[in-house]
Amino acid sequence: MAGKVQEWSKSAVLEVQEYVRLIGRVSRAVVSPPIYYRDVIEQFDSIGIGSLTVVLLAGLFTGMVLALNSGITLDQFGARSMVGRLISASMVKELGPVLTGLMVSGRVGSGIAAEIGSMMVTDQIAALRALGTDPVRKLVVPRVLAGLLMMPLLSILATGIGMVGGWVVTVLQFHVASTVYWSSVVQGLYVQDVWMGLVKPFFLGFTIVTIGCHVGMRTTGGTQGVGNATKLAVVASSVAVIAVDFMVTKVLIVLLY
Amino acid sequence: MATHEPARSALLEEALAFGGPIVVFDRVNLAFDEKVILRDVSFTLQTGHTKVFLGASGAGKSTILRLALGLLKPDSGYIFVNGEQIDRMREDDLMAVRADLGMVFQEGALFDSLTVRENVGYKLYEELRWSREKTDVRVKEVLGFVGLGEFIDRMPAELSGGQRRRVAIARAMAARPRILLYDEPTTGLDPITSLSVDEEIVKLRDLEGVSSVLVTHQLRDAFFVAEHAATRNGGEVTFEKADRVKADQAEFIMLKDGRIHFEGNASELRQVAATDPYIQSFLS
Repeated sequence: MAGKVQEWSKSAVLEVQEYVRLIGRVSRAVVSPPIYYRDVIEQFDSIGIGSLTVVLLAGLFTGMVLALNSGITLDQFGARSMVGRLISASMVKELGPVLTGLMVSGRVGSGIAAEIGSMMVTDQIAALRALGTDPVRKLVVPRVLAGLLMMPLLSILATGIGMVGGWVVTVLQFHVASTVYWSSVVQGLYVQDVWMGLVKPFFLGFTIVTIGCHVGMRTTGGTQGVGNATKLAVVASSVAVIAVDFMVTKVLIVLLY
Repeated sequence: MATHEPARSALLEEALAFGGPIVVFDRVNLAFDEKVILRDVSFTLQTGHTKVFLGASGAGKSTILRLALGLLKPDSGYIFVNGEQIDRMREDDLMAVRADLGMVFQEGALFDSLTVRENVGYKLYEELRWSREKTDVRVKEVLGFVGLGEFIDRMPAELSGGQRRRVAIARAMAARPRILLYDEPTTGLDPITSLSVDEEIVKLRDLEGVSSVLVTHQLRDAFFVAEHAATRNGGEVTFEKADRVKADQAEFIMLKDGRIHFEGNASELRQVAATDPYIQSFLS
């Protein structure tokens, strides 16, 4: 039993060490040539545009269901006009970034781990190195840059469409005037909330993509290994999204409020 | 884990002198955890010669190629490629050494998402920054060399096993490296396709002057590469039995449990097989 615990601890420490090393290599690669611009643009398209549909749908229905539930509760106090406040505060600060993070974890994190993992087990990564290419520069850096910059944009769009979803339900279901809803949305927002909604996705995007790349680069064991890597990437990055969200929120509350 | 570094041997000093061999392994050891992969492996590859590694699966054959490329680092011992000591070299510095090395991986390791044209021209366009036009000319040239000119716009998934290996050879030779490493290039191929891959290896060695390290457990392929020579008559390439001098330029190394069990040319290998059960089991 003790042996197993020791073995598990050693492998956990090794994983953390390798993850930190990867981040170190990425940091150095971002500020020194060569940078594969074509791959960066491809990843912007793959991670950003490719995730748009799923993120918009998730945002839309979250806003709608939030309006439905909060509308019914607020209606008991004759406060259905306040639905907008609740939706804006929840979507901007929490639900927009976190739901986008979870959606991107499922779609992008798993995709990155599967793609890089397949390249590992079929020797394509070794072939890249043999051809004089640093796999971190070629594969990881473009994905990290795309994750860093696309996550905030996706999060803004998810938040926006969530508010629109809330508006549709509030107007059609609870018969609240559009102007009342939108002014309530604006009243519910503070500058600090907006900052929080803008800052969080950078951290979440970085976390999701680096975990996907790390898991992919450590893949062994053929096609079964690729399956395990994909599963691990989704689970690890989804949990990390919630954990990083908590930590960033804690720090931002101290800094902003 | 590197602990004690012995001084360079006299053999190594001689090997590294001007005009010396192109690849040198000197007392190389490697283990993964408790499992010993290579023990005291030493050999030299002369320019234009061929080194054929034989041995059972897991004997450490492919590991030697990965060490020569710098993809793995030995626990101890020295590895020199083109006069550069690479056994302790940083990854960034290894890129320059790899410019003169090409490797054909076991299953080809072609990039799935790229066409044959992009695979073969990858190093030229992405790393050496050649123009698209110049890259295209060289890609067509090497694909013509391996007889796959008409497959230039295919994806790797659309190729047969043998075609994939030949594209891998084309990719490895595109940047005109002086050393080519072949990791079981004929494994899983039918005899006719294997022969076409063997012929490419012989052509590259004899017509392009490439030094080769061939890892295989297919004896027929190993003996074909060692005992045949390619000559160009006009536009046509012909293969014939190599003369004694030429055949001696191909050396066999048989690995057993990570150690060198036999080293010598093809005829010596056949002689030793009569008295050595391990080698005999291979040859039979």
